[in-house]
Amino acid sequence: MTGVEGMRLVDQIFQYILSGLSTGAIYALIGLGFSIIYSSTTIINFAQGEFVMLGGMLTVFLYAVLHLMLPLAITLAVVFTTAIGILFEHLAIRPLKTSEPINMIIVTIGGSIFMRGVAMLVWGRDTHALPMFSGDTPITVGHATILPQNIWIFVVVAAVLSVNRLFFHHSIIGKAMRACSFNQRASSLVGIDVKHMVLFSFALSAAMGSVAGIIIAPLTMTSYDVGIMLGLKGFCAAIVGGMSTGAGTVMGGLIVGVLESLGAGLISSGYKDAIAFIILLLILFIRPQGLFSSGETERV
Amino acid sequence: MKSIIKVTMLALCLISAAAGLSWAAEPIRIGGLFAVTGPPSFLGEPERNTAQMVVDEINSAGGIKGRMLKLTVYDTQGDATKAVQAANRLIKEDKVSAIIGPSTTGETMAIIPVVEKEGIPLVSCAAGSKISDPVKKWVFKTAQNDSLAVAKIYEHLRKLKIHRVALITVSDSFGSLGREQLKLQAGNFGITVVADETFGPKDTDMTVQLTKIRGGTAQAIACWGTNPGPAIVARNVKQLGLKIHLYMSHGVSSKKFIDLAGDAAEGIILPSGRVIVAEKLPVSDPQRKPLLSYINDYKRHYQAEGDHFGGHAWDAIMLLKGAIERGGDTPEAIQKELENTKKFHGIGGTFNFSSQDHAGLTKDAFVLVAIKNKDWVLVK
Repeated sequence: MTGVEGMRLVDQIFQYILSGLSTGAIYALIGLGFSIIYSSTTIINFAQGEFVMLGGMLTVFLYAVLHLMLPLAITLAVVFTTAIGILFEHLAIRPLKTSEPINMIIVTIGGSIFMRGVAMLVWGRDTHALPMFSGDTPITVGHATILPQNIWIFVVVAAVLSVNRLFFHHSIIGKAMRACSFNQRASSLVGIDVKHMVLFSFALSAAMGSVAGIIIAPLTMTSYDVGIMLGLKGFCAAIVGGMSTGAGTVMGGLIVGVLESLGAGLISSGYKDAIAFIILLLILFIRPQGLFSSGETERV
Repeated sequence: MKSIIKVTMLALCLISAAAGLSWAAEPIRIGGLFAVTGPPSFLGEPERNTAQMVVDEINSAGGIKGRMLKLTVYDTQGDATKAVQAANRLIKEDKVSAIIGPSTTGETMAIIPVVEKEGIPLVSCAAGSKISDPVKKWVFKTAQNDSLAVAKIYEHLRKLKIHRVALITVSDSFGSLGREQLKLQAGNFGITVVADETFGPKDTDMTVQLTKIRGGTAQAIACWGTNPGPAIVARNVKQLGLKIHLYMSHGVSSKKFIDLAGDAAEGIILPSGRVIVAEKLPVSDPQRKPLLSYINDYKRHYQAEGDHFGGHAWDAIMLLKGAIERGGDTPEAIQKELENTKKFHGIGGTFNFSSQDHAGLTKDAFVLVAIKNKDWVLVK
């Protein structure tokens, strides 16, 4: 490899890593949604991807159809998605609280298909774009380029994570939710209303999911079925991170994002999606408790 | 007793009236297979709408030689298995004399054995060259061959003296057939393919593939696919600061692409049927009139822009109409008269069929357009 080509390869790798970090941050945010619900209920909420979709689609609807200002559209979209998450919990999860986990998983899959179907009927099958939050002039970082929207992604995800951390470790409700995640029975014995914690975890995951969907929509555009892939990749991130509601899942998301990007760039772009799922399978076979968790696991 | 007699008389009257009506000329039955829902619905929906609109117009003008056209449409959802089932149903139960559609090449290839065996003419709205190459007796197509689109692009590249092209194509059937053609024809135009990247139809970020291309020696990029992927490619190209020529396929010849790609669409060149630049055509162009009338008609009926894809169905129905007018509505007569069709000025182009050519179009069926200020302009 000549000097010039070698320089190019390093630059290319740098570009892959930058793009990968950006996508990884989104996976991390979605993955946290999975972790939060899992912690408080031991349910894997496969409708998490649809919360992501709803965030983007609702914003498109409010902004492009009802012509609201973008910041207002975004706020309302998050609020509506949170409401839908709460509704989902009330209607689909709460009545079946004492069911087997496998039943709950099927219920959430059903819920995701339902939400996707309604979105398709209401908004059609088209893809929609959101405007970039602060323009689309590329920013050069060394020999790589990113867009302002990528910066938004990093900033928003970092902000959400900090708030998340503060919440879970320094607020009563947050600590109560963590208590529930360790032991529901003991928590209710000390006076924590477990039902409220479950509801709150759905609300929080829906809100976080919708934020993820909104900040990525200007880059990747959104449509009624973006939830499937994004949800699954967020799930990968959560598994890699050991279903932790903190740094573990964040690292999981970044790892999945960067490896996906590097794999597509250095090995083959056709296998891009496969890489995330190969990682998932490897983790489940080799270290199912995730890379960053020291908790216990049950193999069924 | 009296009331029973009254009722029986009434019933007899009604029955004979109905029988009388059915003795009126038998309708000409045509089947339609379109992907009205499903991933290729951007093809099937305008095709179905257009077909229905044209059949209604023909019928309100008196039908073909006094007989009404009856169009039975089944939604294949872009699924080849469903297409085969629906084709069998059209032929055996609905007893159609001809079938138009399906919307995609994959579905068309699947039903070709069916129509060949049953001897029913098929006028497909799909673009794959292999539908009519090699020629099959009963199979015709109205969509321009993807091979013609590629030739149009490569011609332009040769004019600009560009020799090194990077490919970035979708991994679905439209994209991969385009990729085949792009690789096949490169040599004929003195072009070397220096990169061959692919992406999935639902992928949302192609910066990785484009970074690889940026690191190579390509002087132009050819992107083959249908929305939304190519729009993301366009944006990523802008993001990565790639300043080389970007060519797209006719798969994105709709305003939707410009909407999705935004400012990144500026300067992109693609081949398209003339329908999207109908107003900008010179008055001497023989297609101008049918194009403008189609666009206005469609707008009146459906409050949407008649597009390139709906045009394939327009051509299919009108070709059948011409064949039936000349030869009658038996499958054999339709097949023979379709082969005899010459100089038919349709939406997709001017068709000249023959026993060796069931596609009927040349590369002049395409014009090269560029995107300037969010609108199409003809490239000379």
